[in-house]
Amino acid sequence: MTLKTEPVTINIGPQHPSTHGVFRMRVTFDGEVVVDVEPVLGYLHRGSEKLAEERTYTQVVTLTDRLDYVASMSNNLAYVLTVEKLAGIKPPDRAMYLRVIAAELMRIASHLVFTGFWLNDLGALATPLMYCFREREKILDLFEMLCGARITLSYMRPGGVFQDAPEDFWPALHRFLEEMPNYIDEYEGLITGNEIVLVRAKNVGILSAEKAVNSSISGPILRASGVEWDLRKADPYEIYDRVKFNIPFGGVGDNFDRYFVRVQEMRESLKIIEQCVEQVEPGPVRSEVPFLVRPPKGEAYGRVEAPKGELGFYLVSDGGIAPYRCKIRSPSFINLTILRDILVGWKLADMIVTFGTIDINMGEVDR
Amino acid sequence: MYGLGILQGLTVTFKNLMRKPFTIQYPEERIPQHPRFRGEEFTWYEERCTGCASCAKYCPLGIIKIVTHPGKTNMQEGDYYAIDVFDIDIGRCMFCGLCVEACPYDALFMGSGFEEGQYRRQDLVIPVDRLRKASKRPSTWFRPQLEDKGYNPHTGKELSWRQVGRHQQPSQEDLKEKWAER
Repeated sequence: MTLKTEPVTINIGPQHPSTHGVFRMRVTFDGEVVVDVEPVLGYLHRGSEKLAEERTYTQVVTLTDRLDYVASMSNNLAYVLTVEKLAGIKPPDRAMYLRVIAAELMRIASHLVFTGFWLNDLGALATPLMYCFREREKILDLFEMLCGARITLSYMRPGGVFQDAPEDFWPALHRFLEEMPNYIDEYEGLITGNEIVLVRAKNVGILSAEKAVNSSISGPILRASGVEWDLRKADPYEIYDRVKFNIPFGGVGDNFDRYFVRVQEMRESLKIIEQCVEQVEPGPVRSEVPFLVRPPKGEAYGRVEAPKGELGFYLVSDGGIAPYRCKIRSPSFINLTILRDILVGWKLADMIVTFGTIDINMGEVDR
Repeated sequence: MYGLGILQGLTVTFKNLMRKPFTIQYPEERIPQHPRFRGEEFTWYEERCTGCASCAKYCPLGIIKIVTHPGKTNMQEGDYYAIDVFDIDIGRCMFCGLCVEACPYDALFMGSGFEEGQYRRQDLVIPVDRLRKASKRPSTWFRPQLEDKGYNPHTGKELSWRQVGRHQQPSQEDLKEKWAER
């Protein structure tokens, strides 16, 4: 006698402990196996693109903080680069170094949040999260010295950064650079060789390189699939052509690769910061730019390698004080397009873990 | 070998048993903020303010409301506007600090507190009287002249409006050199 079965559709989210933010998935299960996934977005839509149209170019910087709220500096950097491209402003050298230091610190912080929450998804509940947040706290302290805030930073301005780093920032940064490799070693000792993590993550949720490129995936997910593509190398902005670093990339494109690429990226970021600290020279940090920037008529697209992938801003100017149109190409949103491909065929428990490795941020997905 | 993993795990446990905790017990002890911290309860010096409303204009959310009327004429310092209303709605404020950046007369400063919770929304609007009476401990955010002095709003004493400007008051010797005695 055979049992008659039928697929069951379950709602996961928008308020569910294992989804990230207010993300909702309508999942169809056959027993425990995922048959179909349908993402439902828009619960955190605030209309940032529209709001940007009625604010001046400097005021929009505050909006970009709220896109990807665990990596505000990268958003600031992407926006500010675009405005500078549009208006033809050249920031001073020291400002570019400060921006790169800040953006790389933010990358470490963002990857720490990923590591912690991913292990949370794996079932290691709050302990690894606390470890990761311990170091993130140190980075946030550095940001507090730099710009007076911890999350909503608003540090950069078109034409530089608002103010030079205070004197006590540099010794604190040195201390952080000395401590951080030991902490990363600690995580790696606990996680990378851990048998449970390996069983859960190795060869699970495989994304092929071809598929990733076709879906225009960017960031650590693309590199984990074995494609060596990093905007810092492929299209160097700021001062990335003056520093030496490697692009870590994986081979299989499974969950473990996506985790491991991020851990190695943290080490590379530390290398970049060290070189920047050596190369930075005293000087002005802000070029003479009026508060009401009036770029000439035209359009510009600026992009940076944010912690989650390629973050691009497309600005159209009609010669006024506010952008005529502001389009945000957010990596989290584009990276979600592979959701069905990597989830279908896996079980419920793997689904949560694989979804965690995409590392989305709802503030950026819904904008 | 079976059980080796458990032993390895336990060494980590014991290592952390000896470590000092990284967390702090919040209401009893507090992490000190950096002097540059952008905090609540703005510091405002009425003596320095001319009522130009640059701060209101530069605020991305438009939450600063300023009403002025022409004040009395002062021959030495110039005419000025008296301020009737200077409301800051910190319920909607995001502490970006653009108002402070915009102030050309060093009259507005970020505050240094972070525990200004209120029970009612209307209490979050800081009226001008409260701004006048508030303790003057300005944050050094975007005010390099305070940073150069090494001022810390959490430990330092209150600053009067004469001490916070970006220009130093000339000394008597300086004045004597530059100006003929009358």
